Amino acid sequence: MTLRVLAAMSGGVDSAVAAARAAEAGHDVTGVHMALSSNPQSYRTGARGCCTLEDSRDARRAADVIGIPFYVWDLAERFHRDVVEDFVSEYAAGRTPNPCLRCNEKIKFAALLDRALALGFDAVCTGHYARWDGGVLRRGVDAAKDQSYVLAVCTPEQLAHAMFPLGDTTKADIRAEAQRRGLQVADKPDSHDICFIADGDTRRFLAERLGSAPGPIVDQDGNTVGEHEGAYAYTVGQRRGLRIGTPAPDGRPRYVLDVSPVTNTVTVGPREALDVDEIVGERPVWLSEPPAGPLPCQVQLRAHGEVHDCVAETEGDTVRIKLARPARGVAAGQAAVLYDGDRVLGSSTIATTARVAV
Amino acid sequence: MTYLDHAATTPMLPEAIAAMTEQLGALGNPSSLHAVGRRARRVVEESREIIAEAFDARPSEVVFTSGGTEADNLAVKGLYWARRAADPRRTRVLAAAVEHHAVLDAVRWLADHEGATAQWLPVDEHGRVRPDTLRAALAAADDVALVTVMWANNEVGTVQPVAELAAIAREHGVPFHTDAVQAAAQLPVAFAASGVQALTLSGHKLGGPLGVGALLLAKGVDPVPVLHGGGQERDVRSGTLDTPAIAGFAAAVQVAVARREEEARRLAGLRDSLVKAVRTAVPDAVLNGDPRDRLPGNAHFSFPGCEGDALLMLLDARDIECSTGSACSAGVSQPSHVLLAMGADPARARGSLRFSLGHTSTEEDVAALADAIGPVVERARRAGITS
Repeated sequence: MTLRVLAAMSGGVDSAVAAARAAEAGHDVTGVHMALSSNPQSYRTGARGCCTLEDSRDARRAADVIGIPFYVWDLAERFHRDVVEDFVSEYAAGRTPNPCLRCNEKIKFAALLDRALALGFDAVCTGHYARWDGGVLRRGVDAAKDQSYVLAVCTPEQLAHAMFPLGDTTKADIRAEAQRRGLQVADKPDSHDICFIADGDTRRFLAERLGSAPGPIVDQDGNTVGEHEGAYAYTVGQRRGLRIGTPAPDGRPRYVLDVSPVTNTVTVGPREALDVDEIVGERPVWLSEPPAGPLPCQVQLRAHGEVHDCVAETEGDTVRIKLARPARGVAAGQAAVLYDGDRVLGSSTIATTARVAV
Repeated sequence: MTYLDHAATTPMLPEAIAAMTEQLGALGNPSSLHAVGRRARRVVEESREIIAEAFDARPSEVVFTSGGTEADNLAVKGLYWARRAADPRRTRVLAAAVEHHAVLDAVRWLADHEGATAQWLPVDEHGRVRPDTLRAALAAADDVALVTVMWANNEVGTVQPVAELAAIAREHGVPFHTDAVQAAAQLPVAFAASGVQALTLSGHKLGGPLGVGALLLAKGVDPVPVLHGGGQERDVRSGTLDTPAIAGFAAAVQVAVARREEEARRLAGLRDSLVKAVRTAVPDAVLNGDPRDRLPGNAHFSFPGCEGDALLMLLDARDIECSTGSACSAGVSQPSHVLLAMGADPARARGSLRFSLGHTSTEEDVAALADAIGPVVERARRAGITS
C-alpha cells in the first residue's frame, strides 16, 4: 500500500537512507527538516550536532538526490519548551534527563506527527535503529546502534504512525548504502552528545541557566567533605570533577550517591554504595499487555547501558522493578525500559531506587 | 505544472534565449581594443541603448550589474558613501519599511557598520508610503543622505507614488533611489520622467537571463563603487562585462516593454479572475495590498487559521507552485516584514501566499488553483498554526 510518508531528515546519514528506503518502497515521501533553534548559529556547528544550518543544507541536498520534496518546519518553540526547558528543570530537581528520549516523545512523535497527520500524511519515518512491526517494537539488529531505548517512551498510539526502515540493518551497511545511493552524507560523522549544548559543556550550560548555588558535599555519615557550586551539576554515579578536599578514610575513590535539590546537598561514598537492587518507575508506558502479576523480564537503565534480569510488577500507576543482580549508578530521571529478549515491553521513568543493604 | 511564482523568476523569452545563445559561442572582452573586443563591445553598447530607450534613460545612464541585489547595494551603499564624503553630516537613510531585503539589509548594514541612521518610512494598510510621510520626514531632518522607496512591492504588489515621492526628495536636494525590479515588465517605468536619480532593474524578472541587471544612474550621480577593479561602467562597477547575459537582457527588455500594455491588461484580467476564484472557494481569504493600484500579475492573500508553509506544501503536492513571498532564514519562514509594516498581526502575516502571474500564465493556471485552493485551505486549517 502506498502511504503518504513524512521523512524527518536531520541532515545525517541515517535519516537520509531511511527516507530513500521509504521512497524506494513506493511510498509518497516528503522530507522535512525540523528547525529546532530560532537562532541556528547558536547551536552546535559542524558535523556533530543536528540543528545547524549546515545540517539543514545536508538534509535538503539528500532530499534532492532522492528526488523528494523538502521543507523546513519551525519547531523551535516547542523544542525549547518541551525539551530544553524540561532538561534544565529536571537537573534542577536532582534528576538526570535524557533529552533525545524527550524529543521523540514530545517532538518527533507528537508535535511533528500531529502536524503531519493533520496535513494528510499517514506516517512519520525516521532513521532510528529499531524495528516496529505489527505493533511490536524490537531492538535494531545492530546492537551497538540500537535505539529502541529512546523510543520506548512513546505510546502505541504514537508509534502506530511510525516507520523505522533501518532496524534490520547495521550502521556499516547503511553507510555503504548511502554511498551507493550517491548521498553526500555517507561519511558524515555520527552525532553525539546533546544537540542544543553548543560546546558540549553541560555543566556550564546548566550554570548559565540555574546560576551558582554553593552547598555542601557530604559523606554517608553526613560529614562535610567538600563544597559544590550547584547540586544540579551532579549525576548519581559520577566520579570525576568532585574536587573533594578531604580524602576518604580508606583512600578509595568516591562517587556521587545522591543529589538532593531540597537541601542542596550532594552525597558521596564508595563505589559499592551505588549498588541498587530495586527501582520504582513512574509514568509507565506499555507496548505490550500490562503485566497482571510479577513479570520476569529484562531491564535497561540508560541508553546503550547494560541489560539486567529483573521481575517487574505494576503498583498503582508505578512499576516496581526488582533486579536479579545489583546495578550500579542508577539515576532518577532516566528511563527504565523493560525487554523480553529484543522486544520492548514498556518503559517508565526512574523515580526512586533502593540500595542494597551493605 | 501550474507556475504561479513569476515574481520569483519568470521563464526566459525565446527572443532572449536566441540573443544570448548567439553570444555564448562568441569570443571577446568588451574592454579589449582589438577587433574581437570591438565586436563584443558593439553588442554591449547596442544592448545598453535598447535598455536605455525602453526605460526613458540615456545610454550613459545604464550601469550593468550582476542583478537586482547588486544594483540595490550599489545604489544604497554607494550613494550613502558619496553623500557622506561630500557632507559628513549626511548620515540618515530614509527607506520604506516594506523594501526588499536587498535594500532593507543594505540599509541595516550601513547603520550597523558605517554610522548611518536608518529611518523606516511607515506605510498605510495597503503598503503605500504616503507623500506626506516623506515630506514630514525630510522637513524634520537636515541630515538625510538618501531616500529609497521601491516602485512596486515584491510581496503584495502595491505600487508606490514614486514620481511624487521623488519630487519631494528633490525639493530637499536629496537623491532618490527606487527598486523597480518587479515593476519593469508590468508598469510604465520611465526613468527621466519619474525624476529619480537611481533605479534598479533585473534581467530574470522580465524574461531575460539570471545573473544580470542594471542600475540606471542619472548623469552626475556618482556612487562610491562597491566593487573595485578594472574601472568598467563609468568606474562605478568594475568587472568584465557579461556580453551574452547583457544581450539576452536587452532582447527581453525590448520584447517585454513592447508588449507591456497589452500584457498588463491580459494579466490584470487573469489576476482578477484568480482573486475571484480564491474568494469564492475561501470566502474569508483577505487580499493584501492595494485592491486597485497594484502589479497586474500579483495576488497576495492571507488565509486565516492557516500556516503559509503548510499551504505552500499542500499546493506543491498538487503541482501548483507559488510562494509565501517572505524571506527565509535557514529555510524557516519569518512573518513577512511587509505585512507587519502594513499592520497585520503575526498570525495573518504567517498565513499568507503570493500568486504571481507572468507571460506564460493562462486561464488553465487560474482554473487549477481554483480547484485546489478550497480543499488545501481546509486541510491546512486542520493543522492549524504552530505555536
